[in-house]
Amino acid sequence: MTGVARPGVKWGDTVARVVVIVLLAFAIFGPLANLALWGFAERWYFPNKLPQEFGFTFWARVFSPRGGALGSLWTSVAIACLTVVMTLGVAIPAGYALARLKLPARTFILLIFLLPQAVPNLPVYVNIARVFYELNLNGTILGVVLVHAAHGLVLAVWIASAAFAAIDVSLEEAARNMGASAWRCWTTVTLPIALPGLIASAIFVFLESLDEFTGTYFVGVPDVTTLPLLMFNASMGGNYQIASITAMLLLLPSIAFMLLVERFLKADVLAMIGR
Amino acid sequence: MSDTRAPARWRAYALVAPALAVIALFFVFPLILSAVLAFRNAAGGLTWEHFAKAWDLYQKDLVFTIGIVLLSTVLIGVVAVAIAGYLTLGENKRAVAILRWLYRWPLFIPFIVTAQVMRTFLAKNGMLNHVLIGAGMIEPLQAQSMLDWRGIVVAFVWKQAPFVTLLLAGAMAAIDRQHIEAARNLGASRLRVLFEIILPQARRTLLVGLVLSFVTMLSVLSVPMMINPNSPTMLTVDIAYRINSHGDYAVANALCLMSLVLASFGAWFYLREAARKAAA
Repeated sequence: MTGVARPGVKWGDTVARVVVIVLLAFAIFGPLANLALWGFAERWYFPNKLPQEFGFTFWARVFSPRGGALGSLWTSVAIACLTVVMTLGVAIPAGYALARLKLPARTFILLIFLLPQAVPNLPVYVNIARVFYELNLNGTILGVVLVHAAHGLVLAVWIASAAFAAIDVSLEEAARNMGASAWRCWTTVTLPIALPGLIASAIFVFLESLDEFTGTYFVGVPDVTTLPLLMFNASMGGNYQIASITAMLLLLPSIAFMLLVERFLKADVLAMIGR
Repeated sequence: MSDTRAPARWRAYALVAPALAVIALFFVFPLILSAVLAFRNAAGGLTWEHFAKAWDLYQKDLVFTIGIVLLSTVLIGVVAVAIAGYLTLGENKRAVAILRWLYRWPLFIPFIVTAQVMRTFLAKNGMLNHVLIGAGMIEPLQAQSMLDWRGIVVAFVWKQAPFVTLLLAGAMAAIDRQHIEAARNLGASRLRVLFEIILPQARRTLLVGLVLSFVTMLSVLSVPMMINPNSPTMLTVDIAYRINSHGDYAVANALCLMSLVLASFGAWFYLREAARKAAA
């Protein structure tokens, strides 16, 4: 991939390009393919390159009542939904105020919401687990939701604030001038326009909660087993099939969102993030 | 909110207050608690003994952690600059399109899944070794497990490089194309354009992305725990071990504070850049 394209070098350029892209594709999809192989392997012992036997036995085992995957899946989804409700419940007013109202300490407040991104989270989880233990919140869904919500607020507040900042104020003024009440203006003009951005932030928060491991590991034990915890336990117990199947369940929403994210986060909102 | 005659400022504060309360109670408070517990002895007085013990037991791991995180950050930077640079300057449209589609796959894959993925891929009987053997690059007997410090670095770079690339490619795309074309017309090579024109303008975004990755890697528990749980390992594993096996919050918090100090170097850069951007 040299800069100058002389005729004789052109063919070499193409070969170099293909080689680099193939290597990169292997680096990205190789590990994922390996995971998929483990997910469908019945028996796979060293030094066989591929599993000796493929099948679905472990899938049946994962989804059987004793396998715990369905239970963990529902726990994970319930926690993620509650986290979204709680996070957006406080992030929407905060985002609106930060974007549209006069706040003297606005920059400082935005920086406070950045803390969970700029500071390692492990010390927080360790100590919140200690506090929750005394409040009998350890091992409860509520405890896990609170921890996830604090972490999810960063993205939620910043995206919500960007979504409101991207709205043209004259639209709201027009509605008010035609006699709409403040509430009616909010529900029929402001909220619908901001909705795609808010949905994007909801999806971000949902995924973060779904994938969260460390906080749940400390606060959720011993009673709350989310999908990441189930995967971790299976992997540490040496059961690669079950760990890989659980990992694939966790992968699906992540990849779906990666493909969809641009539909919800429009460029005008993206440009307002952090402003 | 109920009193509409109150100054608008107070209404704005009232709207922000619940969100701030969540951060204060469930983030800032435990953080302060961590600092307090790290310095408090059994009698409630001030002490350095927990740090002495943490240093005694885990100094090797501290060095190991710094090494891993720094090396990963540098590699993430190199990969991100290479990919984002090609996305901006590449002249072969098809190669650029393929690359753009390809690089972001690990973006939203959680760390814990990354750890499991690498645990299978880099193992002695993993796909990497089989492919290297199949390609004739190593002998079957040379196959070795990479599940040590190398595995952690690979997992971190695999997961974080796309994130920094995404930010960097966005910043590079926002640069005025005329600068680039002018330099190209004057005969500057693409590498030179990348390092002398594009990168200086996107430097701030690269820095923010790298700092965010640096801080994130310092507090990831799953990757070191699943790839390299034995000593020497990363501080996060030691912290979890102190708590789960000994209920020793004092030494755990001393270790936490060490990682906070490491992160604060990065966080300081980050907050400075963010404040500058917010002020602009």
